[in-house]
Amino acid sequence: MQDVAKRAGAADPHRLGASRTNLLHRVSGVVLRWREASILLACVLLAAYFQSTNPAFLSLSNIRNLIDFTATTAIIAAGEVMVLVCGELDLSVGMVYALVPFIMYFLAADGLPHGAALVLALSAAGVVGLINGVITTFLSVPAFVTTLGTMFLINGLTLTISGGFPVQPTAGAAFTAAFGGSPWARLGWALAIAIVLQFVLNRTRFGLRTIATGGNLTAAAEVGVKVTSIKIRNFVLCSILGGFAGIIDAFRIGSIDPLAGGSEIMFMAIASAVIGGTLLTGGSGTIIGALIGALALAILQDGFTLNGVSAFTFDMILGAAILVTMAVNVRLTLWRERGGG
Amino acid sequence: MLAPVGSEVLRAEHVEKSFGRIVALRDVDLRLHRGEVLGLLGDNGAGKSTLMKILTGYYQPSSGQLYFEGNPVQLRSVSHARSLGIEAVYQDLALVNELNVYRNMFLQREPVFGGALGILDERQMRTRAMDMLERMRVRVPSVDVDVAKLSGGQRQAVAIARSVYQKAKVLLLDEPTAAMGVKESALILDLIQHLKEGGDIAMIIIAHNYAQIFDVCDRINLIEEGVIEFDKRTSETSVQELTDRVVREYRSAREEARLERS
Repeated sequence: MQDVAKRAGAADPHRLGASRTNLLHRVSGVVLRWREASILLACVLLAAYFQSTNPAFLSLSNIRNLIDFTATTAIIAAGEVMVLVCGELDLSVGMVYALVPFIMYFLAADGLPHGAALVLALSAAGVVGLINGVITTFLSVPAFVTTLGTMFLINGLTLTISGGFPVQPTAGAAFTAAFGGSPWARLGWALAIAIVLQFVLNRTRFGLRTIATGGNLTAAAEVGVKVTSIKIRNFVLCSILGGFAGIIDAFRIGSIDPLAGGSEIMFMAIASAVIGGTLLTGGSGTIIGALIGALALAILQDGFTLNGVSAFTFDMILGAAILVTMAVNVRLTLWRERGGG
Repeated sequence: MLAPVGSEVLRAEHVEKSFGRIVALRDVDLRLHRGEVLGLLGDNGAGKSTLMKILTGYYQPSSGQLYFEGNPVQLRSVSHARSLGIEAVYQDLALVNELNVYRNMFLQREPVFGGALGILDERQMRTRAMDMLERMRVRVPSVDVDVAKLSGGQRQAVAIARSVYQKAKVLLLDEPTAAMGVKESALILDLIQHLKEGGDIAMIIIAHNYAQIFDVCDRINLIEEGVIEFDKRTSETSVQELTDRVVREYRSAREEARLERS
């Protein structure tokens, strides 16, 4: 019997069906085991859909648009993932994004070379992260409240020092290109930051302790993990990345706007992180997932813009997309915990 | 430089602890010898966990003195106690569900390379964890699975193995078999028995269920209202005697409650 079946080979319709289910099984296996796969699959499906409705979607110029939509959100999301994994949250990062380019601009206007101005401006971002971390840990104020406070505070500071008016960044051509003027630099920074931080989170002592801190705070503290220091360092990292994203966008747009970023980019970053598979409850997250999450949001935003859907509708669709992906993700996580069903 | 078996590793003398007006421990004397397993029994609120936290450096005693290997010692912190070789395995399980078995076992003592970069040496953690668990006869499906996927008994066993691996001289186990089925409890009791046969580690087992731990203990201390009221070798007492005591205590507590009501 078996020989007959074997000889019938590919002509046998049952066999063909079997190999197809096999492939389906393998794909679903990958989706189940590799948690970034589900969101990547969503990206591919969305891109295919928009390409079918509008052939300009995958044109080179539109791919550049996608990169622009993705890069800075992904950079902020990378920092946000680290903070979420250690069990906290940063709402102020979008305001740091707006503040830091101004600090760089004013320092450069005072005669500092641009490299030094950049480093000092990022250090200022680090100080904001330090304040967030110290208030949250030492004063036991929930991060939601701490960073809500610094969010307003930093926004007010940016508006005050800028007088509410945008300025033009003044760096030379090479510096501008390297820090966001060139689309390839933007892509390069976003990828490099995602890859490095993914490595840090999963392959280094600091990442291990970050996961432990967010996963089981008491247990981590009991074995001697300095949980306070871990949290503060992640807040600092998140703020610096927020500031760096602000600088990249300032050079991309060619203007430093006190109203840029803000809570919108912060929420986009958190949405990217969450869609990508990072838990708001701490202990589990993926930087690459957040990058792909940011790409998914960019595809949605860009695709609907190309198709002439208004920004109002986009927000509704974004909201629905977040709800759907999260509902699916929660299901998938339960499956995974049961050992892939 | 191990002290001979049977020599004293840990002693508490006249230890008192109060929190504001509440006195948790009155006058506690406790001794623990190398290789010995001491069962510390008592009702909820009798002072068991306060005493455990003092012995692990989490709390400082209000008065009294601790001795470690014969020398007076003041345990400044949990990490100070740990550096001396006093390790605790808590009831709430000091493991991180999101990390796999070997990463949990090496948390905070990770072998790394790359200096300040601190890149984890996964291979070394993995093989050392497997070797350690095998030597302690702790069976887990794989050291690569997240501990969330292990049973309660397996998790407890991994937590104990980790403490032993940190070269613990004194191991404090807080309700090691609480909320566990018979099979799971047996797994933990076997592990304790196995460690005891090794003869190096002294253990204090804090428990409610004295019948369960009685057989693995060398000595039983009963703590009541912040004082150790009972200290006997298991060879000189029985589960029956302990039960009688507890029943007597239970009756007098009921009597007290009735008097308070009237």
